Amino acid sequence: MKIHEYQAREFFKKYGIPVSSGEVADSPDKARQISESIGKPVVVKAQVHVGGRGKAGGVKLAKTPEETYKVASTILGMDIKGLKVKKVLVAQAVRIESEAYLGVVVDRRSKRPVIMVSPAGGVEIEEVARETPEKIFKLIVDPAYGLLPHQARDLGYKLYRNPGLASKVGDVLMRLYRLFMETDASLAEINPFVVTKQGELLAIDSKINFDDNSLFRHPDYEELKDLTEDEKVEEEAKKKGLSFIKLEGDIGCVVNGAGLAMATMDVIKYFGGEPANFLDVGGSSNPEKVMNAMDIITREENVRVIWFNIFGGITRCDDIATGLVTALKNMEVNVPIVVRLTGTNEEEGRRLLKESGLTIHSVSTMSEGAKRSIGLAHRKGER
Amino acid sequence: MSVLVGEDTRLVVQGITGRDGSFHAKRMKEYGTNVVAGVTPGKGGQSVEGIPVFNSVKEAVEKEGANTSIIFVPARFSIDAIYEAADSGIEIIVAITEGIPVNDMIRAIRFINDKGVKLIGPNCPGIISPGEAKVGILPEKIFEKGKVGVVSRSGTLTYEIVSHITEGGFGESTAVGIGGDPIIGTKFIDMLELFKDDVQTEAIVLIGEIGGSDEEDTAEYIKETHYPKPVVGFIAGRTAPPGKRMGHAGAIISGGAGTAKGKIKAWENAGIKVASIPEEIRDLLTEVL
Repeated sequence: MKIHEYQAREFFKKYGIPVSSGEVADSPDKARQISESIGKPVVVKAQVHVGGRGKAGGVKLAKTPEETYKVASTILGMDIKGLKVKKVLVAQAVRIESEAYLGVVVDRRSKRPVIMVSPAGGVEIEEVARETPEKIFKLIVDPAYGLLPHQARDLGYKLYRNPGLASKVGDVLMRLYRLFMETDASLAEINPFVVTKQGELLAIDSKINFDDNSLFRHPDYEELKDLTEDEKVEEEAKKKGLSFIKLEGDIGCVVNGAGLAMATMDVIKYFGGEPANFLDVGGSSNPEKVMNAMDIITREENVRVIWFNIFGGITRCDDIATGLVTALKNMEVNVPIVVRLTGTNEEEGRRLLKESGLTIHSVSTMSEGAKRSIGLAHRKGER
Repeated sequence: MSVLVGEDTRLVVQGITGRDGSFHAKRMKEYGTNVVAGVTPGKGGQSVEGIPVFNSVKEAVEKEGANTSIIFVPARFSIDAIYEAADSGIEIIVAITEGIPVNDMIRAIRFINDKGVKLIGPNCPGIISPGEAKVGILPEKIFEKGKVGVVSRSGTLTYEIVSHITEGGFGESTAVGIGGDPIIGTKFIDMLELFKDDVQTEAIVLIGEIGGSDEEDTAEYIKETHYPKPVVGFIAGRTAPPGKRMGHAGAIISGGAGTAKGKIKAWENAGIKVASIPEEIRDLLTEVL
């Protein structure tokens, strides 16, 4: 789960990580007010869930409250990589002496948290990793003891020769690690972390992602969510026990299991078709789940065929068939349905489909399913 | 011979009184797995499908000699179930549960490594050594005793591919679903190490997917060790959009890393033949065996 910079700043403050003064605004008027109360030049920053805001013109400097009003008017409502800007952060501008990167993520290889620091701040860390990997310093943390002060200080020395500064940044790293573990973050990042001309240390940008698996114990995160229209549908599907992601093609898929669902998309593409979605109905799928899946898929206008690819393990083919028959009898479905049922109770499932009298294209393998679906999707004049 | 589970397995089912726990305890027992005990705190003294239920794993170990555990406990309680099993002398833990918080898993893995315990999963379908034992939820019907070791990050995709291996007449020595989470106890390399010395296993099928660098690390391992047995594979997610979690918590392309393209290239460079579609696995096995 992603949160905005202005929300992440609040977590930073709570953990005593220094941030510049500023506030969030959803209108140019409010932006002007914030600028007035800061009383100094400010930076107006678009709050959207994508990187590269600066390059897209979503981050601008303003010297006066009037200028802040104008800049905020341009940025609010702006489209950045398909996302509309609804809020801006108005923060005091600072004169920068040096920029660094500080971050904590989970290292899947060592199965431990890893602290990363780099003197090449202000650039995306992935870019630094590609271009100048020698400028990234990493420390894998033993989760039994956590980050130790001397380890944090050592990382500080990688960034600053001045022992005072190294020590201070070590302290910030200790706080960032604690934030990471306690808030169940999957990423906590300060980029850039700056030393100002006045020698002050400040987090200029703040980014936190949370681990979706931990959300059950953080009900308070719910109100931090800001979802796009597509994400809202994904969220709705999730509440119904489905895992759904919208894609651009015309072949809708209903599959049990995430790996098989991905492979289904791949096989469609392999034979020259385009999947309209990723959809995993999960394990012990009851008929209701199938109906919900049909409901979500048929909302998409570009879907010209729906392919059920089911390999029954815990999932029972008869449950899938019952759900499908019920859905087709109760919903208006104007596209052809291709069904491949294999595994647990497949005979029963096929019998149910046959006895329903509905027109269903039955196939027995994945390749056959893909080819038949592509054929039906490209058939002219029939919908 | 098989790896991880077999005739010596003495299984305890944690969460045996739940819906999934009782259903699969019965199926594993019917398959011939030596299911010696179940555990649900507070329900000790009961029995499920003729299997005695205890209040703690420790009791199951002391009274029934359990050495392997399978966990069907809901996500918010299963981290403690893992600690409990590791603390009670269990040697192999299979965690089926999906949705365990990552930071909990990080600490738990640190703990079980200290104890020398092996963890499979979480978020996995478990293990089967056809004809010997099943510790998991895999549909036994599609498996046949044979010579191919199977390791997979997925569940149903494993079944799909196994059905082609079985139809091809190769059969499986042991098939393991290692789990779809970002942090898992056992990885491809750990399984390749086990299969290396298993006389029954003549070739290995790896089923990978987008996200992380486990596939790339495996390619390096195979090159460096001049791995002695043929390895073929499939990678799911060639068409997955970046930045989206594809059902599995670990299946995500982030910052341009973890793509199917990169993984396929790494495998091919290491001499692992990669199938374009699942059914091609059968042809690849015919080529290498």
